[in-house]
Amino acid sequence: MKILVTCKRVPNPEHKLKLAGGQIDLSTASWQLNPFDEYAVETALRLTEKGKGGERSGEVVAVAIGPKEVAQQLRGVLAMGADRAILIGGDDAALDATAVARVLAALVAREKPDLVVLGKQTVDGDSNQVGQILAGLLGWPQATFLASIHLAADGKSATVTREVDAGVEEKRVRLPAVVTVDLRIIGKKAVRNEALASAETEWEETQRYASLKGIMAAKKKEIKDVALAELGVDATAAMKVKSYEAPPVRKAGARVASVDELVAKLHDEAKVI
Amino acid sequence: MADVVVFCESDDKGIRSSSLPALTAGAALAKQLGGGVCAVVIGSGTGAAAADAAKYAARVLTYDDARLAAPLAETWAPQLADAVKRVGAGALLGTATSTGKDVLPRAAALLGAGMASDITAVVAANRFRRPAYAGNAIEEVEISGPVLVASVRQTAFPPATPGAAGAIEAVAVAAVDALGAELVGLHETKSTRPDLGEAKVVVSGGRGMRAGENFKILEELTDLLGGALGASRAACDAGMVPNDLQVGQTGKVVAPQLYIAVAISGAIQHLAGMKGSKVIVAINKDPEAPIFQVADYGLVDTWEKAVPALIAGIKKLKASG
Ligand SMILES: Cc1cc2nc3c(=O)[nH]c(=O)nc-3n(C[C@H](O)[C@H](O)[C@H](O)COP(=O)(O)OP(=O)(O)OC[C@H]3O[C@@H](n4cnc5c(N)ncnc54)[C@H](O)[C@@H]3O)c2cc1C
Ligand SMILES: Nc1ncnc2c1ncn2[C@@H]1O[C@H](COP(=O)(O)O)[C@@H](O)[C@H]1O
Repeated sequence: MKILVTCKRVPNPEHKLKLAGGQIDLSTASWQLNPFDEYAVETALRLTEKGKGGERSGEVVAVAIGPKEVAQQLRGVLAMGADRAILIGGDDAALDATAVARVLAALVAREKPDLVVLGKQTVDGDSNQVGQILAGLLGWPQATFLASIHLAADGKSATVTREVDAGVEEKRVRLPAVVTVDLRIIGKKAVRNEALASAETEWEETQRYASLKGIMAAKKKEIKDVALAELGVDATAAMKVKSYEAPPVRKAGARVASVDELVAKLHDEAKVI
Repeated sequence: MADVVVFCESDDKGIRSSSLPALTAGAALAKQLGGGVCAVVIGSGTGAAAADAAKYAARVLTYDDARLAAPLAETWAPQLADAVKRVGAGALLGTATSTGKDVLPRAAALLGAGMASDITAVVAANRFRRPAYAGNAIEEVEISGPVLVASVRQTAFPPATPGAAGAIEAVAVAAVDALGAELVGLHETKSTRPDLGEAKVVVSGGRGMRAGENFKILEELTDLLGGALGASRAACDAGMVPNDLQVGQTGKVVAPQLYIAVAISGAIQHLAGMKGSKVIVAINKDPEAPIFQVADYGLVDTWEKAVPALIAGIKKLKASG
């Protein structure tokens, strides 16, 4: 089982955005791996492991498109346990989902993975598109917003549950396939490779953090630099961000001292009950 | 001059109300492009849905075929791409529901078109506004190329209103290839309450509710107000309520007249899903909780005390009303 997992860096979502003159100033941003990509890496690792702390089988390759600084996030992913990484140099801020997906499609043609695991969305762009576009470009089946994934013992298909508006959908896809993961994928029994782990296998209910041993091991692992031009794809963005502005601010409201006052205000002032 | 294709989701009774805002956005964009709106309905047994869609669009294309019964991106995206080419449309729109988010980007890939997600305004023929950074920035984006795709934020556009009936054309569906994907089943969360995306009132509970059974009192409040029940991620993760109640950046986006957040701290990811509500009430025992920064009315109290009193107070008001 060879799994390609995508990694994008995002500015720390807890920090206040610096917006001025229609642009976002990221010069002092502190960068981290997109949270959904952390879950994607965790998913890929669980799919290649015999349960918690168990032996590995298969290969997890992490890929990022971005400036050379993203090597830091990739190093972290290698420390979590990924086998190797590829850094495709480029200005990710200038790429749209279509361009990212085209680049990834070219890489898939080279690497020939059985499965591509992505996050369902980046928490900066919030676009939620790359996995679906990639699947469309490749002509592969897709399974988006995964809450769980069970890989069949023969390695030929995966049965997944997906969080949809009306509840939970169960879908089966033939491999190779593209999947995108949602928050619940890090549940205790959400991920399992039936060829490796028994039905009793349980995981920690969180993504793993790099151990000291993992950090040491990561120093010896490869981060391969690939130039965008080398892949021979047109990476011009069809969607461009022209400007940013701050959302309308909600004026700070009032405190009410009692439930009676709340009921009266909602009735007389806000007129919503 | 180019038309706008609007993907309308449907069931056996008609098109889903979640598609009505996309028809409104479609009409706004069609005006910019100097064309009309063409609704597209996909599925098996789409007669009622097509007739319903015709009330909102001058032209309706139906892709009615047993092989399209399951809403699979693999089989539906090619139909949307076919519709765009057939009509010679300049744009494809649909609502950013879970189905829309799954199918529309795949259709964009098949069309070689650029796409914007979750648009909240149509600025010009190829310009839109959309939230990013969990709603902490509003982007204005431009899409180049002969065709563009966009998903529409349901709460940002009013539902379309019915007009004169449009013409319905049944398209003979060509080869359908699911590429080895199949729908195994849908475990629906049954609810008699209105949809979160459309409810006038939403009552949400957070981790501070501590247990699923404590949500009963929030349900009572919800039903008293005729609203929908929501929750924070922490409450869903803890298994107190089903995951499809999650409100936020990665859950559902709501914009009711009244949003009552109970025992929710107000993390940015939660705010991203409810900041557009008209009136926000927060009930939290911690006076420092960030939720109070966006609340119109904040009550520092425990839910154990405040919610039963609120229910009693509203009942009294109704009785006197
Ligand atoms: C990638 C990502 C995506 C996310 N997406 C979402 C999302 O879509 N939606 C979402 O909600 N979250 C999301 N989150 C999680 C978010 O960051 C917060 O962790 C979450 O919203 C916290 O939920 P909470 O407010 O219920 O819990 P807490 O932050 O633990 O707050 C509980 C609150 O309850 C109060 N409380 C406790 N007891 C009582 C009592 N008896 N009476 C009254 N008040 C009481 C406390 O004072 C506290 O303020 C996401 C996180 C990540 C990383
Ligand atoms: N520049 C990038 N490099 C690597 N992966 C990316 C990049 N941009 C997006 N992705 C992946 O695509 C997923 C969906 O992103 P998006 O569609 O942009 O919200 C993310 O979770 C990432 O895994």
